[in-house]
Amino acid sequence: MSDFVSGFWNIYVAGIALVSIIGCGVFLWLQGTATNATGQTTGHVWDETLEEYSNPLPNWWRWMFYITIVFSLFYLAMYPGLGSYQGKWNWSSAGQYGGEMKKADEQYGPIFKKFQGQDIRVLATNNEAREMGQHLFLTYCAQCHGSDAKGSKAFPNLTDNDWLFGGTPEQIKESITKGRDAMMPAKGLKPDLTAEQIKDLASYVRSLSGLASDSIRAQRGKELFVPSGGACHGPEGKGILALAPNLTDKVWLYGSAEVEIINGITHGRVNRMPAWGEFLGEGKVHLLTAYVYGLGGGVKEAPAAAPAAPAEAAPVAPVEAAPAEKK
Amino acid sequence: MQSQATYNYKVVRQFAVMTVIWGIVGMLVGVIIAAQLVWPELNVVEFLSYGRLRPLHTNAVIFAFGGCSLFATSYYSVQRTCHTPLFAPGLAAFTFWGWQLIILLAALSLPLGLTTGKEYAELEWPIDILITVVWVSYAVVFFGTLMKRKTPHIYVSNWFFAGMILTIAVLHLVNSAEIPVLASGILTPKSYSAYAGVQDAMVEWWYGHNAVGFFLTAGFLGMMYYFVPKQAGRPIYSYRLSVVHFWALVFTYMWAGPHHLHYTALPDWTQSLGMLFSLILLAPSWGGMINGIMTLSGAWHKLRDDPILKFMITSLSFYGMSTFEGPMMSVKTVNALSHYTDWTVGHVHSGALGWVAMIAIGCTYYMLPRLFGKEEMASKKLMEVHFWVATIGIVLYIASMWIAGVMQGLMWRATNVDGTLTYSFVESVKATYPFWTIRLLGGVLFLGGMLIMVYNMFATMAGGKAVNDAPVLAPAAAHAA
Repeated sequence: MSDFVSGFWNIYVAGIALVSIIGCGVFLWLQGTATNATGQTTGHVWDETLEEYSNPLPNWWRWMFYITIVFSLFYLAMYPGLGSYQGKWNWSSAGQYGGEMKKADEQYGPIFKKFQGQDIRVLATNNEAREMGQHLFLTYCAQCHGSDAKGSKAFPNLTDNDWLFGGTPEQIKESITKGRDAMMPAKGLKPDLTAEQIKDLASYVRSLSGLASDSIRAQRGKELFVPSGGACHGPEGKGILALAPNLTDKVWLYGSAEVEIINGITHGRVNRMPAWGEFLGEGKVHLLTAYVYGLGGGVKEAPAAAPAAPAEAAPVAPVEAAPAEKK
Repeated sequence: MQSQATYNYKVVRQFAVMTVIWGIVGMLVGVIIAAQLVWPELNVVEFLSYGRLRPLHTNAVIFAFGGCSLFATSYYSVQRTCHTPLFAPGLAAFTFWGWQLIILLAALSLPLGLTTGKEYAELEWPIDILITVVWVSYAVVFFGTLMKRKTPHIYVSNWFFAGMILTIAVLHLVNSAEIPVLASGILTPKSYSAYAGVQDAMVEWWYGHNAVGFFLTAGFLGMMYYFVPKQAGRPIYSYRLSVVHFWALVFTYMWAGPHHLHYTALPDWTQSLGMLFSLILLAPSWGGMINGIMTLSGAWHKLRDDPILKFMITSLSFYGMSTFEGPMMSVKTVNALSHYTDWTVGHVHSGALGWVAMIAIGCTYYMLPRLFGKEEMASKKLMEVHFWVATIGIVLYIASMWIAGVMQGLMWRATNVDGTLTYSFVESVKATYPFWTIRLLGGVLFLGGMLIMVYNMFATMAGGKAVNDAPVLAPAAAHAA
């Protein structure tokens, strides 16, 4: 549907609106001054008993009606409502939003500024900063990562020590600021994989982390792994940071069931974390980084391919203890 | 002098009985989804999940229960106030069977997930076409009857029914403009709206609000104007008021839709007009309430032992309350708090249970004995019980939703000293559980009232006999054409 860009429509809608509101008033005035015979019926009878009194309009009702009409005309003089006329007070919803955001920035900006220069590692142990970070997390991040930050299928757990894109403060901040895109191509680098071969591969992948699997299939799968997945996951399946996850730990983004692994290999996986930098601004991202870093999964240096360690207790418990773990 | 012709009570009777049956079905679905909010594990299979049952509930109570009630009362009153049998009785019978077919198709297609996704207009295009055919037939029957009336003047209830029929036709045709999806050259039942973006939203809420305004307000005011003075045995309080509020109501309702889209991509000027006409709508809406309640003045004593009048006066009170609440909620400042909360749900049900259902129940109790050749319903006592059970149910429902809604609105906007939000969304959900439980209880009570009604209806039918020989009355002598 095309938009109405001609200036004619301004006059058209403004005219109709004004005539309609004033018309209500004129109609009311004409009917209010008509003569009535209070207490007498109109003389018409339907269905044996149905009659109508000729009572006038109740005065309080008439005045209530008039007041809404007068108020509407006043409102239209002050606020947008008549075509492109912006109203005397020059109000707009976009303007109100901008104004409120500016005020909030002035009021709350300094609070965030106070933390902005501080080191993430220090902030992660600062209770005030952690509490603010937690509020932000619950508002912006909990929808996907969960209130307890333990994630769910396709949404990474932030409390373990496993980082797909790195767990240093700088790397976490980059993930939040710019978002992350992840894409595993269907059938890896070997588009001619057959269904049987995919099953073999899945068995091998499960065996990498010690999960039960068919050893004959796993043996066959091992030979397929390097040409199809080795370039991204590494020849031993230990993963390459920011490229492809470690398959030898016990962390599974989409689940460790054979059917899920087959699904992943067959169709590939596409995932995305949105970029928050522009929306939240540096101050909030900084606090969120500190909060996530402090959840117990933060690492001090570039990550060693350490086996998944159990999450350490966070200094501040992540809101309302998780209702039963999903793993 | 009485003519030989008889009123067409058959189609009225069919619609009246189905009003009660569909009322129970629609409200039962409502109780189920209310329970699903309290116990989410009740979402067992996809066909009976909340997302599919919710539109089934709204369609069933509005179009099946409300619709059958409108057909029954308008057919009953139009022939009696025109002193002539229904025009085109064959077509009238078709509207009954056609409307039932539409309801059945809705009950099948909505759980299957076939939906346009437009609120209160979810039914897909083949059903939309059927609705159009039945509705045009309804218009032919109604206006045909009006045209062969034996009185020079048209009684006020018929203005409201006529306004409802015309407007719903226009609303349905414009909002349901949609393009069916072709799959390998074959028509599928799926369609997409002919409009896009904010225009689509505006058309949808122009329709949506006027479905409330005309289907559930103008039509039910038509009921009020016939059945309240009949039951009270008093003349309508003011003819002048009925004229003014009728024209003002049908005119201003048309503009009010944008208040459903406050603080959205809808242009500011459109939002302003939607809000202002909603405010102006207050007086025209109250005109109907005043005329109904004042008609009872001088007959207040009848309220003591007449359960039908109790239903009617209570419905008018709820009508006045929700038509005050509506304009208030359309004020942008109030809407900023109430929008998207359960307050809206409470408001809708104060209108739907308090006004629409209560007046429909009252009118059905009025008609049933007359349609089955009885002096009154089988049990007056049970009507009393129904009234009190239903009233308590409504109060529980509305009060819990008011509290829940205001609480949600306040929780969502609460901020800490550092400007971050105090509550996560889930916390507001958690806080709402007790109120959803109370709401469920209210709904169960209201449904319980309907079960009492259906028992009473069958008891009345068992002791009575279908009346098909009610003679058409001659118009009053002074009033004959």
